[in-house]
Amino acid sequence: MPTTGTFFQDLLLGPEPAAWAVLLFRVAVIAVAFVTLVSLVAMLCIWGERKVAGHIQARLGPHRVGPFGLLQSVADGLKLLLKEDICPQQADSLLFRLAPYIAFAPVFAAMLAIPFGPNLTFEPRLSVGVFWILAILAIEVMGVILAGWSSNNKWSLYGAMREACQMVSYEIPLGLSIIVGVMAGGTLNLVELGHLQGGGIHTWLVFANPFAMLAFGVYFVASLASNKRAPFDLPESESELVAGFHTEYSGIRFSFFFFAEYAAVFVVAAIQTALFLGGWHDPFGLIGFYTARFIEASNTSGLIWVNVIACAIFLAKVTTIILVVMWIRWTLPRARIDQVLYVCVKVLLPLACVLLLGAALWQLFVADQPGVPWFDYQPWSWAGWAGARAGLITRLILAAIGVSLIGALMIWIGYAVISGRRRILRLTDPEPIV
Amino acid sequence: MTTVLFYIFALLVACSAIGVAVSRNIVRTAVCLFFTLTGVAGLYFLLNAEFLAAVQLVVYAGGTLILIVFGVMLTNRLPSAGWDVKPWEKTVALGIGAVLASALVASILSLPPRAQPDESGAYPVLELGAALLGDYLLPFELVSVVLLVVMIGAAYLAKGRRRNREAQP
Repeated sequence: MPTTGTFFQDLLLGPEPAAWAVLLFRVAVIAVAFVTLVSLVAMLCIWGERKVAGHIQARLGPHRVGPFGLLQSVADGLKLLLKEDICPQQADSLLFRLAPYIAFAPVFAAMLAIPFGPNLTFEPRLSVGVFWILAILAIEVMGVILAGWSSNNKWSLYGAMREACQMVSYEIPLGLSIIVGVMAGGTLNLVELGHLQGGGIHTWLVFANPFAMLAFGVYFVASLASNKRAPFDLPESESELVAGFHTEYSGIRFSFFFFAEYAAVFVVAAIQTALFLGGWHDPFGLIGFYTARFIEASNTSGLIWVNVIACAIFLAKVTTIILVVMWIRWTLPRARIDQVLYVCVKVLLPLACVLLLGAALWQLFVADQPGVPWFDYQPWSWAGWAGARAGLITRLILAAIGVSLIGALMIWIGYAVISGRRRILRLTDPEPIV
Repeated sequence: MTTVLFYIFALLVACSAIGVAVSRNIVRTAVCLFFTLTGVAGLYFLLNAEFLAAVQLVVYAGGTLILIVFGVMLTNRLPSAGWDVKPWEKTVALGIGAVLASALVASILSLPPRAQPDESGAYPVLELGAALLGDYLLPFELVSVVLLVVMIGAAYLAKGRRRNREAQP
């Protein structure tokens, strides 16, 4: 298998770079790309959330600051920077000041393993990729709990306790559903998982077996809960707890929590994309095909173009998931804490265990070995498929179901957009009142 | 590069470990313990033990410590509440500490200077999985049975106590 991990590093620094050059390159990537990425993601998500809320709940989203209100997040950021940084007198000031960073830093570290393209991963050799992201996101709770505790405010403390019990319990279905996907792929490394899914839509791991498809759903629900997104946003429910764990925060420290939340939504959606939805690959397997050809021919400019397009596809998939997450937030009412824990312990956990068992049995008795390695794959011919017929047929049927579901979703969204436009026309041009 | 990182992580672990011992506020102690555990995970990373590092993060820093903090927040209402340390307790603690420290120093001195990362280029996670479910299957399963027993016991205790409380009034 051609090793393509450090392609861009090799391109810039030559095949055998000095240690200090590698260090400089990596620090530069972290400082320039990651900081920009995290803050851009958070800003765009906040803007997008307001626009989605505006469209779904028939209110006006931001529309004055810049085209489509795009500069609203910049204005908000400036406001938050200039606001006074208040620390309550009775608070534990050291922990109060420390907590936002503990909440923010793990999300930043999780970016290390996310594969944006065949050669666009910061650390492609990380053999425990998925598990690493899961582990580092588990740390984020610590920041939230500390924020709630050190504020010395009962609402904050309630928020923090809810967050703790919600996070710790939803970790389990989250991890189990990831394991189902990993079992179908056979590796934890996110880059290898991406390459495995290079042969068209039916090789995406969500379609690998029926259990993986269900695990995809379990993962989605569990990731909503572990990111404290609605309908599981109890740690910060405004109607009960003022603002939950960040009640006492103001200014830039408050915005750190928001950055952390949206960046975590991005990271979780990125795992979902990389693990289940084919990563950076398009549905026809063209990216994988051309990556393999260009590596063989050592066509550098071609590889760069493939990476750019792959990155765009990856981000498009992640954006779609994030939009669904927002859609759910502005559609469903908030659950009670007992309902949240009921869903976890009595629904998702048994379901995830059954899925794990089923996926294990499937791997033992039905599964095909991954047919053709991705670098020998021909996108337009079926001849090279070496796996078991049952596995291929299941994949094709599941892929057809998935594609038709996506189609139905698109038609639904299209209908909503069209009928919404009709309503906006009515609103802006009302009938004269007689 | 690795050496510099090693010293950074070692300093983090050592300082926060001292903080765990010195701090009088129990939540600050927990926070120091958090940094100790994270720093140890960093040391595992430097030794190329990625799986162990991730397990350290998810089990200790992300799981056990959260539960500890959870328990502390439920039981300890006053943030400034410290402990009353009696003089004889101090002597006993100092004695035990000295014995443990001498044992640690003796064992460290008898070891090779520093563990070296495994550079063989093997794929550690695959080998680890194969070993756990192959050669060491019986101990692995026994450990999980022990954990199951603990879990059932905890559930039984919690439930039994509640039943007693309901019966009392």
